[in-house]
Amino acid sequence: MHATKAAAATASRSRQRSPGSAGWQYFVRHHPFYVMLVPGIVYFLVMKYMPLLGTVIAFKDYNIFKGILASEWVGLQWFHQLFTYPKFLRLLENTLLISLYQIVFAFPAPIVLALLMNELRMMTVKRIVQTLVYLPHFLSWTIVAGLVYMLLSTQTGLLNGLYVSWTGNAPIELLQSADSIRTIIVSSGIWKEVGWGTIIFLAALTGIDPSLYEAARIDGAGRWRQFLSVTLPGLLPAIMVLLLLKLGNVMDLGFEQIYPFINPLNAEKGDVFDTYTYVAGIKGGQYSFTTAVGLFKSVVGFLVLVLANKASKAATGEGLY
Amino acid sequence: MKIRKSAAERLFEGFNLIFLLAVCAVMLIPVLHVLAGSLSSKNALTHSRVGIWPVEWTIENYVVVFHNPVFWRAFGVSVVIVLLGTALNMLMTTLTAYPLSRTNLKGRRAVMLLIIFTMIFSAPLIPTFLVVKGLGLLNTLWALIIPTALSAFNMILCLTFFRSLPEELLEAARVDGMSEYRILLQIVLPLSVPILVTLVLFYAVSHWNSYYTAMLYISNAQLRPLQLYMYAIVAQSSAADLQSGSEGDILMSLSPQGLQMATIIVATVPVVLIYPFVQRFFIRGALLGSLKG
Repeated sequence: MHATKAAAATASRSRQRSPGSAGWQYFVRHHPFYVMLVPGIVYFLVMKYMPLLGTVIAFKDYNIFKGILASEWVGLQWFHQLFTYPKFLRLLENTLLISLYQIVFAFPAPIVLALLMNELRMMTVKRIVQTLVYLPHFLSWTIVAGLVYMLLSTQTGLLNGLYVSWTGNAPIELLQSADSIRTIIVSSGIWKEVGWGTIIFLAALTGIDPSLYEAARIDGAGRWRQFLSVTLPGLLPAIMVLLLLKLGNVMDLGFEQIYPFINPLNAEKGDVFDTYTYVAGIKGGQYSFTTAVGLFKSVVGFLVLVLANKASKAATGEGLY
Repeated sequence: MKIRKSAAERLFEGFNLIFLLAVCAVMLIPVLHVLAGSLSSKNALTHSRVGIWPVEWTIENYVVVFHNPVFWRAFGVSVVIVLLGTALNMLMTTLTAYPLSRTNLKGRRAVMLLIIFTMIFSAPLIPTFLVVKGLGLLNTLWALIIPTALSAFNMILCLTFFRSLPEELLEAARVDGMSEYRILLQIVLPLSVPILVTLVLFYAVSHWNSYYTAMLYISNAQLRPLQLYMYAIVAQSSAADLQSGSEGDILMSLSPQGLQMATIIVATVPVVLIYPFVQRFFIRGALLGSLKG
């Protein structure tokens, strides 16, 4: 009873407000859709767009007590400080180098693994291999870090134990050495994600038309020739799209993966933008400065993605959008 | 008419099999080593005598872990986060995806743009932190749930699936005078069980495994989720956390590494136990994601 009255009231109000407005009538008729959208839109506005507005503190001297609006404008002071800051180059170098290693080593790894798994004829073996290589994807980065610590520890580590008993040398401090940190980060990342990465390529491989192989065989192509002329072109779209996504994330290495490995002895080569923003920003309270760092990071990531997409479209016709 | 394999081909297949088995070994050995270490004596462990099989069996490490109230508190917090967080995720995801799956809905493009933009340009960390702080969420479990209440990527997976449902069915329900809420609840959702299971698993695993949000927003030790506790004992070797609940004699007979190993195993078990049953849903999800590109 109450509900119908309210509905009638809304209807009459809508008639008064905009008599005959097609847009309003459409909205009233389909209002459940818009009501459903409210929580999602509110979420994105509050959790994603408000922080974007808050990014103005990169151009202000943010003071917790004054708040964002009342803090003073400082123009590009933080960016000036950022680009003249000796540590900045180091962070940029670490971030880009680790990203580069990931693209060179971690990116092709699942492609190669998928190709080899695809050649397996024994179905049970294939299934066992798949189950095992997918599993690490579901472990958290803290667990993965724990496994790596236990493998490399100088006291109890399996690898160090083998090294010592084979060579008789003293154990190597891999976890405390700046020279090995990047290798540890990239290889533990491969360990965790290589299997999961094969799923997409395995699907792409089964999607290749078998008649193409047949035609190639009739033309006298051997296995290797078939791989070059049929398999690789068949995988190219998937490879390009994933490579573009990876390029869009060159500045985003993932805090969770790297942070457990960073200590004062290896920070020189392992500290990246993500870990630095946390340490200097959240722990150190340098709000404005680290926001400038973060903004720099987001803008560069965005530009790289746009440029890479353009280049890829020009070269191969494949793009993200 | 089986084609005879050449010698070179058989050689390749042999090497391939050996290589893939080696890959499996690489996947297993770190886990087996930690499992073996957790079941070995302090003496064997600290003298690097443990490979992938326990030496001088003992279950003392597990006794300490099972009596550690700090560990179980963190474990419980994680369970609550997974349950509450995933429920909220699913509510938000389906509510947003259903209207957006109607291609002719007015204003749809604008909302999609609003959402997709957040996928390619993310706000820096500190302003996000300030928003969470401004909402008064710091040091509450909500800080682990609300900032990740909706994943744009998962929402698009859901939307794509909804769009594949037969439109006539929804039209017929509309003609029968069913409201859109009931159509979503009684027709769309029951038909979408496969994608819903996949999304539940994606969200649940990401809640269970995440520690970054907790590191940002939680400083109260009582509200630490499991992975933040794991961070403390793995990366900081926090003895207070590791040894809570036990004392004196038993701790003397154990090594911190043994305790760390037992904790790692107990924290891994839930995932490994559930994994075989849900593997196919994950694979389907990963494939859906790739189709989207």
